Amino acid sequence: MLVPTVVLSGIGLLSGLGLALAARAFAVETDPRQDRITEALPGANCGGCGFAGCGDFAGAVVRGDAQPDGCPVCDQETRRLVAAIVGQTVQDRAPRVALILCQGGDDVAAKKYRYNGLASCASAALLGGGDKTCGAGCLGLGDCQRACAFGAVEMTPSGVARIIPARCTACGQCVAACPKDLIKLVPAEATIHVLCSNHDRGPAAKKACAVACLGCKKCEKSFAEDPRIKVADFLAYIDYEHAPDDPALAALCPTGSLVCSGAAAPAAERTS
Amino acid sequence: MKFRGGVHPSYHKDTAGLQIETLPLLHRYVVPIAQHLGAPGKVLVAKGDRVARWQPLSEPVGFVSVSVHAPTSGTVKQVAALPHPLGRPMLAVEIESDGEDRPWDGLAPPADWRTLDPAVLRRAIQAAGVVGLGGATFPTHVKLSPPAEKKIDLLVLNGAECEPYLTADHRVMLEQAAEVMEGLGLMMRVLGVTRACVGIESNKPDALEALRRACPADVAAEFMLLETKYPQGSEKHLIYALCGRRVPPGGLPMDVGCVVQNVGTAVACLEAVRDGLPMTERVATVTGAAINVPHNLRVRVGAPLLDVLAHCGGVTPDVGKVIFGGPMMGIGQFDLDVPLIKGTSGVLCLRDDEAARFEGGPCIRCGACVDACPMGLVPSAMGLIAERFRFEELGDWHVLDCIECGSCAYVCPSRRPLVQHFKRGKAEWRGILEERRAKSERDAKRAETAATA
Amino acid sequence: MTLEPGTGPDGAPTEPATPVADPITPQDLIVSASPHVHAGQDVPWIMRQVLLALLPGLLVGLWFFGLGALRVLVVAIAGCLACEWACARLVKRPATLRDYSAVVTGVLLAMNLPSGCPWWLVLIGSAVAIGLGKAVYGGLGYNPFNPALVARVFLLISFPVQMTTWVVPQGPGTALDAATGATPLGAIKEAVGLGRTVAEAGAPGLRDLLLGNVGGSFGEVSALALLLGGLWLLWRGVIRWQVPVAFMAVTALVTGVAHLADPAHHASPLVHLLGGGLMLGAWFMATDMVTSPVTRRGLLIFGAGCGLLTAVIRLWGGYPEGVSFAILLMNAATPLIDRWTRPRVFGEARQLYREADAA
Repeated sequence: MLVPTVVLSGIGLLSGLGLALAARAFAVETDPRQDRITEALPGANCGGCGFAGCGDFAGAVVRGDAQPDGCPVCDQETRRLVAAIVGQTVQDRAPRVALILCQGGDDVAAKKYRYNGLASCASAALLGGGDKTCGAGCLGLGDCQRACAFGAVEMTPSGVARIIPARCTACGQCVAACPKDLIKLVPAEATIHVLCSNHDRGPAAKKACAVACLGCKKCEKSFAEDPRIKVADFLAYIDYEHAPDDPALAALCPTGSLVCSGAAAPAAERTS
Repeated sequence: MKFRGGVHPSYHKDTAGLQIETLPLLHRYVVPIAQHLGAPGKVLVAKGDRVARWQPLSEPVGFVSVSVHAPTSGTVKQVAALPHPLGRPMLAVEIESDGEDRPWDGLAPPADWRTLDPAVLRRAIQAAGVVGLGGATFPTHVKLSPPAEKKIDLLVLNGAECEPYLTADHRVMLEQAAEVMEGLGLMMRVLGVTRACVGIESNKPDALEALRRACPADVAAEFMLLETKYPQGSEKHLIYALCGRRVPPGGLPMDVGCVVQNVGTAVACLEAVRDGLPMTERVATVTGAAINVPHNLRVRVGAPLLDVLAHCGGVTPDVGKVIFGGPMMGIGQFDLDVPLIKGTSGVLCLRDDEAARFEGGPCIRCGACVDACPMGLVPSAMGLIAERFRFEELGDWHVLDCIECGSCAYVCPSRRPLVQHFKRGKAEWRGILEERRAKSERDAKRAETAATA
Repeated sequence: MTLEPGTGPDGAPTEPATPVADPITPQDLIVSASPHVHAGQDVPWIMRQVLLALLPGLLVGLWFFGLGALRVLVVAIAGCLACEWACARLVKRPATLRDYSAVVTGVLLAMNLPSGCPWWLVLIGSAVAIGLGKAVYGGLGYNPFNPALVARVFLLISFPVQMTTWVVPQGPGTALDAATGATPLGAIKEAVGLGRTVAEAGAPGLRDLLLGNVGGSFGEVSALALLLGGLWLLWRGVIRWQVPVAFMAVTALVTGVAHLADPAHHASPLVHLLGGGLMLGAWFMATDMVTSPVTRRGLLIFGAGCGLLTAVIRLWGGYPEGVSFAILLMNAATPLIDRWTRPRVFGEARQLYREADAA
């Protein structure tokens, strides 16, 4: 009994010693600032900064390859802290949130064929742009949902993606994941949005989707002097630098593509 | 020589006995500008222009580019983005036919290819807008212009037609045997080769016999009956089957001294030179259980699908899929207004219950796909990688060597959409390569500026 | 859209095409990536073939071991199906009972158990097979080890007494509390261990080994019936020949050499081939697609490894039987074998065409 105990303990001790020595001998020199930055960062490793993770980003900041405010996720406090560690200052930035510019679920948007294959938007989009008749419609297969490290994307029962603003950190991963380019980062305090990306003329757009922007310009006309909403190429868009906030504006829209409040209200509710 | 892998789908060559019929003149044609691999041409006509048959509608921009020509005389109704067989609307010229079918007066005069210089022949082939009719639609003159350092010694004529259902090439070989063989002679002259191999699958011995009998004395061609196995008509596998040369991964047939041309392309080349006629028509098989009257049709390029289907008696109510090309590599269509184009070797209408569904169950590692892959890849492993979106690993598995023949998905008992995985994977992997290249370029530039500073 | 009469290329008016009532609206058409047809096999088909192939062995087992075997079989199948359903519920995935894979696992597990083992043992085995053998890895297709074998080995180690109490086959009337005896390989091992020779062990003759009139797990006894099923699978293209052939060949080779060297203490290779679980293992367990390599070369290596390990365990190991351990060990080596035996990409070989030209 004694011999094996001693032998095993001995082996354990030796191995531990070896490891400790190896850690010393082969230690990689890191800038202490890198560790401090890594600690300050959210640690979600979402990749929103364009680097492999928070540690990688911290290294890049120390080397000067990344701006200290390059983390899109962390709050202003943290940004300032990170900048202070490398002896820089950062400008304040308005918080942003991702927005899906489509609300064409299966209940309102027409389909041009029956899709069979992978449940991935990027793969479906290779087949004639996807099954939605609207060329700029959400395919509802959830590439953005899978890309989101914060669980901030949900799929509505009618099969269109929706952002949960409270969870969104504006890291931008969903923006990159959407093959139809339907996701945009907008100022979090903006309340009026055009939730459509269809550039077709009115009749074609209407045929494709009941909640499409027809380019009718009703909204634009209410801002005749001050172009906060403009219609270009049959699609209204909002100048978020001077975002309008009048809830009455949304009532002008005949299809409900123009919505009020940060979270997109379900299209069905608005049109009824 | 037999290549490894491949599958034996049911061939359904039911239309093999049907003579080629010419589709009557239609009222309307939609001619996409991009019908070939390479740069689309520059449009030469505008709305309201009167055009004549065979008149060029576009001119090539650059070397890997060809013109498209008016299929009949009439008026240009619009030049706009219109439905295209590849799925997305693309620039096309819509022509309203005037019923006269008046030929263009600018046609090249008929000429004898035996007396013409290869360079002249090449120009004539490009001007006629000839592209490979096997389906890939690579401009033929480019394939016939190998770089000087690649010594070509063998022209392979592809009469394999390994896709199930399609019989267009078969009928061309039977009915236009003399023209096929003369076209082969012409292409041999362009390439300056003295040896040609004609490869035909063993289910078409009559085609081989017809070609052998029609072979002119001055065309030195060897004929070979090949195993009936899909994808026997793939360039790499055809070359291997005929002469045992293996095209290296990422390489082209010219890397082993070969050029492969389809039988229909041979006829088109001949017509371009002998008659001075541009390529405005092709033979396509309209078949499948969901079409009422199957046909081998000579169709003018630009004929809308709906009119072609109507000529064949329409589709049955249980139609589930309309495919341009064969069932293994064809492209599913959803807009019946798409035109048939130069690369459309057939229109296949499958019943709803015939059309395979790829629901994508879990891989059970049965290895059927590994046995089936003619390229020696491991589709099972690649599918699992692509499923997890780890596209950067796909390069190690030679995803770019995948020829998308569909053999793996065809045999997969779990009905995994493997080809769809690989199409996406190839695109993503190319993107990654491009990104790496751009990054290394940026780094090099930065290092350079740092060194000079 | 209708067609109006036009004129043919020769100027003559063509007959008007009949206006076709358009039966398709585009949104009815399916669009998917190529290919658009399929060979027809699917996973349930494969599993049904396996079940069909197991039938002869199963029937022989039921014949010889009677009600006890039937009880084991029913409990195992029911247990596996229930477990599969429960595991699917647990991870909130649709239940995959319809692919028959749980049934196959249940039948294989039952066939690997002694007919006299208590029902709770079978239930534990089912739970281990589906739960620990399959579900924890993510279900069908992701398990590295053959679920039925995981369960068998788990039971063998945890309940050695119940798992090695073999009922003596007495035909359909075999009572539930029938007399017990030894398996052929067990008898030989025991005799040799006691210093006697193989001949003195009183092992059954070849005819009994072929037909299955011997002690053992109830599904492994009849080499002939199992071989029949295996050949059926081979003929249907469900399994590939590499695994069973390599497995049996290497086992026969190694045990044959041992037998030649020392016939008194090592049984003949025929006894090794026909006795014990080798037939069941080589044709039905080692050929499990999920847990064996995907390339044919890999399968050959895999089968040979199984054969070698089986022979080594049987000849020199503590257990009289080594098929389960051998297969499980080779299951573990499968990813490695897959790496080694990746096929060569077409054209990757040295450029043969120069030689072809010279010829």
